[in-house]
Amino acid sequence: MQTRTKQLWLGALETLPLVVAAFPFGIVFGAMAHANGLSFAVSVGMSSLVFAGASQFIAVTLIASAAILPVIVLTVFVVNLRQMLYSANLMHHVEHWPQPLRALLAFFLTDETFAAVTDRNNRHPGEPGLRWFYAGSAGFMYSFWQIATVLGYTLGERIPGLANWGLDVAMIVAFIGIVVPALKRRADWGCAAVAFFSALITYSWPHQSGLLFSSLLAIAVGLLLSRPGQNPEALLNE
Amino acid sequence: MNDWLLIALMAVVTFVPRYLPFALAGRVKLPATLERGLDFVPVAVLTAIIAQTTLIRGGEFDLTMGNLHAIAAAAAFVAALVTRHLFLTIAVGLLVFGGLKLLTL
Repeated sequence: MQTRTKQLWLGALETLPLVVAAFPFGIVFGAMAHANGLSFAVSVGMSSLVFAGASQFIAVTLIASAAILPVIVLTVFVVNLRQMLYSANLMHHVEHWPQPLRALLAFFLTDETFAAVTDRNNRHPGEPGLRWFYAGSAGFMYSFWQIATVLGYTLGERIPGLANWGLDVAMIVAFIGIVVPALKRRADWGCAAVAFFSALITYSWPHQSGLLFSSLLAIAVGLLLSRPGQNPEALLNE
Repeated sequence: MNDWLLIALMAVVTFVPRYLPFALAGRVKLPATLERGLDFVPVAVLTAIIAQTTLIRGGEFDLTMGNLHAIAAAAAFVAALVTRHLFLTIAVGLLVFGGLKLLTL
């Protein structure tokens, strides 16, 4: 019981900087949904039933440009392939969870919770109670996303420029604090370098496809650099 | 367009990619190469997000000294290399950002 509560709190605490960074985006989403004529129920319904920032922004933008339904759904699907990489990365950690728990927690898999869980797994490999840590992170993120949506919808235009306050810097520095300690082998550095430059070159690609492309390219480079037999240095480090 | 149908379909195409690997965990054995590739997911995806959110500001490349996000990120990068500590890295990044913000007000 004590572990449970502690892990719930830890999960929430580690996600705090990311929640702070995501909050303005939730507000902007609510305000954008309002401005584009979505009803309050539909806006909150999207945040609570879909719960995926990038997908929601793209959907609202596409609705505003009168895109047809299959186009919106297909675009949202492609954007979500990033979450599939996250889920696949965590497979070993969830294989002893009961199936209903996996389904429940999978619903809450965001950039933020994945980052917090990754950091925990790197720093305390094999520590028990991951499901509670995950639930703490996910519940915290989810609650604030709903609050932000409601706030944005009801008074979005009355907090002008909130998105320009620069609170997303909290996400950037938190991600840096998670990625850098994970850079151990030469292949990790190569992977990060490729992801970095490729993401900059492809930033203007539509619907975050540059992000997905860069991630896959970087993973491929990491694989090449770490292939046993071709890279004796990596072999030594493994 | 039916908004609720759209939300239902969005919910499905968002949930399935999140859940599918979880559902298969422990039931399928992934090829060794794929397993190794998945180890690179956090570094690859999070670094790509860092690059875009730091250096693309307002839809454009910003490599000027006025890009406080980039300066804070650079400070956080050094802090992370030296301390390898998450909260210290965040603290350094936020302090640098807040300090510069105050100076440039």
